[in-house]
Amino acid sequence: MKQLFDLASDLPPVKRRQFLKATAAATGGLVIGFALPPGNKMAQAQSAPKPNTTPNAFLRIARDGSVTVQVKHLEFGQGVMTSLPMLVAEELDCDWAKVRAELAPAAPQFAHTMFGMQMTGGSSSVVNSWTQMRTVGATARAMLISAAAGKWKVNAADCRTDNGNVIGPAGQKESYGALADAANALAVPGEVKLKDAKDFRIIGKPTRRIDARAKVDGSAKFGLDVTAKMVPNLHTAVVMHPPVFGAKVKRFNADKVNGVPGVTHVVQTANGIAVVAKNFWAAKTGRDLLVVEWELAPGSKANTVDLKKSYRALAQKTGAIAKAGNVDGLKAAAKTITAEYEVPFLAHAPMEPLNCVVNITTDSCEIWVGSQLQTVDQGAAASVAGLKPEQVKLNTMIAGGGFGRRANTGSDYIIEAVEIAKQAKVPVKMVWTREDDMKAGYYRPMFVHRVAAGVDSAGKIVGWDHTVVGQSIVAGTPFEAFLIKNGIDETSVEGVADTPYDIPGMQASLHTTQTGVPVLWWRSVGNSHTAFVMETMMDDLARAADKDAVAFRLEYLAKHPRIARTLTMAAEKAGWGTPLPKGVARGIAVHQSFGSVCAQVAEVSLEKGQIKVRRVVAALDCGLAVNPLTISAQVESAIVYGLSAALYGQVTLKDGVVEQSNFHDYPVLRFADMPKIEVHIMPGGTVPTGVGEPATPPIAPAVSNAIFALTGKRLREMPFKV
Amino acid sequence: MIRFSVNGERLETNISGDTPLLWFLRDNLQLTGTKYGCGMALCGACMVHVNGEPAFSCITRLSAIEGKRVTTIESIGSSPIGKKVQAAWIAEDVVQCGYCQSGQIMSATALLGKHKKPTDAQIDDAMNGNICRCGTYSRVKAAIKVAAGSGTSTPAVPAKKAPTKAKV
Repeated sequence: MKQLFDLASDLPPVKRRQFLKATAAATGGLVIGFALPPGNKMAQAQSAPKPNTTPNAFLRIARDGSVTVQVKHLEFGQGVMTSLPMLVAEELDCDWAKVRAELAPAAPQFAHTMFGMQMTGGSSSVVNSWTQMRTVGATARAMLISAAAGKWKVNAADCRTDNGNVIGPAGQKESYGALADAANALAVPGEVKLKDAKDFRIIGKPTRRIDARAKVDGSAKFGLDVTAKMVPNLHTAVVMHPPVFGAKVKRFNADKVNGVPGVTHVVQTANGIAVVAKNFWAAKTGRDLLVVEWELAPGSKANTVDLKKSYRALAQKTGAIAKAGNVDGLKAAAKTITAEYEVPFLAHAPMEPLNCVVNITTDSCEIWVGSQLQTVDQGAAASVAGLKPEQVKLNTMIAGGGFGRRANTGSDYIIEAVEIAKQAKVPVKMVWTREDDMKAGYYRPMFVHRVAAGVDSAGKIVGWDHTVVGQSIVAGTPFEAFLIKNGIDETSVEGVADTPYDIPGMQASLHTTQTGVPVLWWRSVGNSHTAFVMETMMDDLARAADKDAVAFRLEYLAKHPRIARTLTMAAEKAGWGTPLPKGVARGIAVHQSFGSVCAQVAEVSLEKGQIKVRRVVAALDCGLAVNPLTISAQVESAIVYGLSAALYGQVTLKDGVVEQSNFHDYPVLRFADMPKIEVHIMPGGTVPTGVGEPATPPIAPAVSNAIFALTGKRLREMPFKV
Repeated sequence: MIRFSVNGERLETNISGDTPLLWFLRDNLQLTGTKYGCGMALCGACMVHVNGEPAFSCITRLSAIEGKRVTTIESIGSSPIGKKVQAAWIAEDVVQCGYCQSGQIMSATALLGKHKKPTDAQIDDAMNGNICRCGTYSRVKAAIKVAAGSGTSTPAVPAKKAPTKAKV
């Protein structure tokens, strides 16, 4: 996603005049909305929902002074329900204790400012909202000041604000709540001045999460928690999917299913058979009694064992050139290392299995779902329901994780739920079991890398020949136009082809494969495997050059002081080079992704023949740190996510059948295995850069490097086996 | 007819005794704070208390709780330990996506009911059945220690600087 990021940064910032006042709800108060630029295709295709729904506003200030921020992104752990309101509150100068957050429904007004669709991904939620949300706050503040100035008959320029009040030149004081109605009657200012960073009092301060209370008392509503209280006559659907990808239903027998008390419907969808019932247990019991005969698609019997062999064979040859360079220097290398690397398919395995609630009437469709692609999913639902996008109301529910799985441009699980509700003609909550979630695909693709790299007698790199083999995640999607250039899916080679290391004689090439296994982005996307290869090879080369791993890397980072500083910080904080107890070793890695840099030092030991990661010291440069408390949480989170993959994660297929099904055969990091993690956020920075993903890539290479230091054995295949 | 109590309320039901308690709570009582994660007692998202002991509600059949007391996340805050645990969770800014946290809190509360000042090993042991894909384990441990009165706050939240009372 780095390329998307770069592309996006070339786009003009949000134009302030696009803000407008939305119709104030019946409750009154000040409401700041957002207008689309004229001629926007999505605006034409998707006109705003009717005014009887909640206004598509970013901000509502009620008469009681409460400030409600509509968060246009999905909250799935990364903390946007806190960080985006912080941006608004900073400029609004309101009382933080009165700030509330709501997740915005799908609407073109809530489009990502860089990508033109409403989406959450690429570690870009705060990045793309940085100017927009502060401008919302500043605009409202200016209107509140104008309202007060008008009331007091003074110049607005002579008024100031203080924590939710406007203060007049003679010490007059009025609360925002009391001014909200008057402010709402005023014109929206065209230009507002944003604060200097030195004046920030909320941005940059560790701030606890707004959504914490609801998440500790069970009241937070995830998609799976929509009940008949919210949607009368709600039924539950459980689906039988094909045993291998691409298979179609030939015939099925539901005789036993219909005998299950509570089962109401059995319907066929494009990708299986759904059993609809009064509750989950009946639906699942019924689903398990289905007898289905499947028509297999040609070539659908993929075996990962065979795929690995064919990938390794491909890796022996140069593929399509992703980074051009002359590798002839390798011929004269004093030492050359040639190595192959392998990473498996990975499931996202969020704690909340996929689900979607759909209620279709003759001229409308309402959806409740934790989606990373709201407007895309809204459009897909509309086409299946036979409605226009504006007839589909998509309510964004907080999601129990996602990690990329809820950002499928094919809208697979949304379409499936709409198909079921349309046929059953009752409101339906479609629930995937954990096994469905694990087996029904959209995995991080499997990749093989082959690298031949060498150093001369002075320990300088003289050539690096790098070949990547794997599936494209964007081919055939709307992202193809942005991300596939000259036959290269940039997400397959990001972190290699654009490495910041100034490596002489480096070539990178790509073989794009097709397997029939559905693939998708997975936290940190291509960086999840490219950093592993780059950073373990750099470690091997440092040893070949007889140089320290940090000093060796710094030789190639002269043009990247930010990366060098972050690497140095992690090394210093970890006590790089200082003695460790016997049986413990360190490894280091650094990687740049999503506009940020993360360096990590892992300390490992072996316990009963298993890798034990004892401590991880991380340094993150994410530009201007908006909420250090959630940023450090995200670094911990990204490390744990990457560590689960490094130590345990793999989806394998035999004769087309996914062999894993639940957490017993797809293990993830558990409590007792948690390393001590220390996070150091680099100071400085004038704008925020990505946070949610950049800490995932460095952990696997840091651990592999530590294991090498400990045992002399180089781990080049994930999951690691010692 | 199966008789038991949920959060202090006496219930009787003629639903099949094979039905897992989890789905009775979620679908029949609409107590959705208890989560479905795996259905096989592997992840702990469904943790409740049965007669004060932690229980995976996804594999606990209704027939097994005849005459017993079930406590869920919705009422755990009415016990002194549960209240302390919830407060510690907020103070330590534990949650991320939050989906597993009902189960984490139920396991932690049961632990503190048994051991007022649990050791690290006791915490690891009690919490190892609760998976968190967001990786909140360190903060969970810190919060348990705070709730037990044996730990100090770890997040760098200066008391006077960061307001924390905002609600969703």
